[in-house]
Amino acid sequence: MSTVSLGMPALPPRGFGNISETEPFPSYARRELQNDQLRANLRHATHTIRDKRLRVVSELPDWEELREAGSAIKAEAMERLPELLAQFEEQFTARGGTVHWARDAAEANRIVEGLVRATGSSEVVKVKSMATQEIGLNEYLEERGIAAFETDLAELIVQLGHDKPSHILVPAIHRNRTEIRDIFLREMPGVDPELTDEPRRLAMAARAHLRRKFLSAKVAISGANFGIAETGTLGVVESEGNGRMCLTLPETLITVMGIEKVLPRAEDLGVFMQLLPRSSTGERMNPYTSLWTGSTPGDGPKDVHVVLLDNGRTRALADRHGRSALHCIRCSACMNVCPVYERAGGHAYGSTYPGPIGAILSPLLTGVEAEENKSLPYASSLCGACFDACPVKINIPEILVHLRGEDVEARHSRPGARRLPSQFDLAMAGASWAMSDGARMGLLERGLPLGKAAAGRDGVISKLPGLGAGWTQSRDIPAPPAESFRAQWAKRAKNSADPHGIKEGEGK
Amino acid sequence: MRIALFATCIVDAMYPRVAQATVEILERLGHEVVFPAGQACCGQMHVNSGYFPEALPVVANHVRTFESGFDTGEYEVAVAPSGSCVASVKHQHALVADWAVEHGVKGADSTLAARADAVGARTYELAQLLTDVLGVADAAAQLGSYLPGTITYHPSCHGMRLLHLGDRQRSLLASVEGLEVVDLPEAEQCCGFGGTFSIKNADVSSAMLADKVANICGTGAGACAGGDASCLMHIGGGLHREKRTTPSGRPVRTVHLAEVLASTREKPLTIDGELALAGTPGGAR
Repeated sequence: MSTVSLGMPALPPRGFGNISETEPFPSYARRELQNDQLRANLRHATHTIRDKRLRVVSELPDWEELREAGSAIKAEAMERLPELLAQFEEQFTARGGTVHWARDAAEANRIVEGLVRATGSSEVVKVKSMATQEIGLNEYLEERGIAAFETDLAELIVQLGHDKPSHILVPAIHRNRTEIRDIFLREMPGVDPELTDEPRRLAMAARAHLRRKFLSAKVAISGANFGIAETGTLGVVESEGNGRMCLTLPETLITVMGIEKVLPRAEDLGVFMQLLPRSSTGERMNPYTSLWTGSTPGDGPKDVHVVLLDNGRTRALADRHGRSALHCIRCSACMNVCPVYERAGGHAYGSTYPGPIGAILSPLLTGVEAEENKSLPYASSLCGACFDACPVKINIPEILVHLRGEDVEARHSRPGARRLPSQFDLAMAGASWAMSDGARMGLLERGLPLGKAAAGRDGVISKLPGLGAGWTQSRDIPAPPAESFRAQWAKRAKNSADPHGIKEGEGK
Repeated sequence: MRIALFATCIVDAMYPRVAQATVEILERLGHEVVFPAGQACCGQMHVNSGYFPEALPVVANHVRTFESGFDTGEYEVAVAPSGSCVASVKHQHALVADWAVEHGVKGADSTLAARADAVGARTYELAQLLTDVLGVADAAAQLGSYLPGTITYHPSCHGMRLLHLGDRQRSLLASVEGLEVVDLPEAEQCCGFGGTFSIKNADVSSAMLADKVANICGTGAGACAGGDASCLMHIGGGLHREKRTTPSGRPVRTVHLAEVLASTREKPLTIDGELALAGTPGGAR
């Protein structure tokens, strides 16, 4: 690994917090697949955003160049990360802000708690933030008597429903409006008991609820979409304006930002402000973009802090095959095109980061050898739709395959691990032996008539034992032919009188 | 031109008729087909499952087998009737070779990655070879392809996204005499096969398959065509399990692009002795 001189320990820390599987993906997904309402909601929402994204992306003649530019800027930022973070700290501090460094979730939570306590307040408002979801800040503060109020409408729904987000952009994607009305009626103090499930009425109820919080809150907590090293500027991109209320009204503003969010220059925003809204919400431009640089007397928060969070990011950075996962700008385009996410939903991934990016990011932050996220790299058919959609060209399928390799390697070399190879291991080893030599393949193929004999009267095999059982739960398998192509070709070569050697009615 | 056929393991063992059809088409165009006997598999299953040490000998065998014919001038290009396997040859072989060197695998060959790339550069998917190299634009006129009936088409993920096949396969199908190609809703959605994904995440895979099968049957076509035998085996297995039939009561099938292109008036594609798309709208009985 490349040593990053950030005062960090030589071995990069593992990420902790809400970035681990809660149970293996296949079994969680199996349960979620039974939920028809969830599948219908997911399908509707992802298809709507997907179509919108395609429309607005196809408007730009230079979309591919923009993706290249976004990818190149992120690669540069990763390469110069120590230097850029130091520059960011210097600039942020020079403009009246305070920089804190957190190695992991626990440290970040403690820092934020200390900052809130110092204000004497026991309430904070929050603008939607993936970083604070990742470290479990709300739960941490709640346990210590500090109430954190989510102000993003979808986050509010999730919070009031005592639920977890299942999408990074549309956290309540798994809820329909009737469910939302029921949650509001049950959990929102002073809500109109006649509340209907009309979206406008629901938004009005949330708005009235949130206004009370904005006007009383002394402390706000935000995430950051970008941190500009050159100027020490932080930026938040959002759709509802609730974020802007958080960012401007309270006296103290605490931002938790993953260290990978740093960009070298202010002008780099020109690329990302085109890539992000189109990829995430399918909009040409997002409604609210807030940028702030330090504090200004008489204007906005007086006390401005940023917590720079590692939580496994240097570990991911040290993985040269996986580090581009840190390029992610959290747009969720990969989720919206993923056929696996569309069926299984976000909760099945366990982590704050679901979908294709979560399937690589979570294991990279915690390390695959850590067991926490070992089923996630397999939660993909490797169809590649995510790579096509990614605005910063993260080759998610290739990283998934790399992580699978790491997982297999870790499993085979773990001390004290079960030394007996699994059924899958044996199948893979056997196939490797057979498939690395044409003569061996030919020899094995002489056994094809056995498979033909095993098929039923309708010429298919409907039940396979062992590993194949997964296949035959929903699919038949055709009976193999009596003879392989290799064998047919050999006969044809012998019998050159028949130049084509193709027998009629072969197969089927 | 002399062309090496890479039959792929699944076609060799399960669908020899697809390899036969590939040979048939190429010979009809006046090319000579060679079958390098040492070939076995592209190793994609091992790579995609994370079994790199097991993938290495498979990859090395493929590279060794095909490069010798290129070197001696025995053939100029290689072709496989599978977008997925060609994508593996082009995109995964060098990765596996690099992995072996990086991990200090005993006997790892530092020249393997470059040799794999050289083989990959001369390896084509069938529609790619026909369109880009052999100049086939009209299957009816140039290959005598004829198949009466209605068919729908599923573009497999790796051909579409890794090889950028675009509409090559579909337009070849559309140029077959008598064949009407109807659009498949959500055609670009993965069928859910994904190699060992269909076993390790069997439930999600089955849910994806169910949608693909429903979309295919919704078109009313007599069969779904595609360029990857593995995806077609998966889709066909779902169609068979669900006993899906056309409006006229015949089983809905999957057929490979090569089989459709090889079909002629004199020897039309038959399944169980009947015309493959018999009974579908426009189909001859």
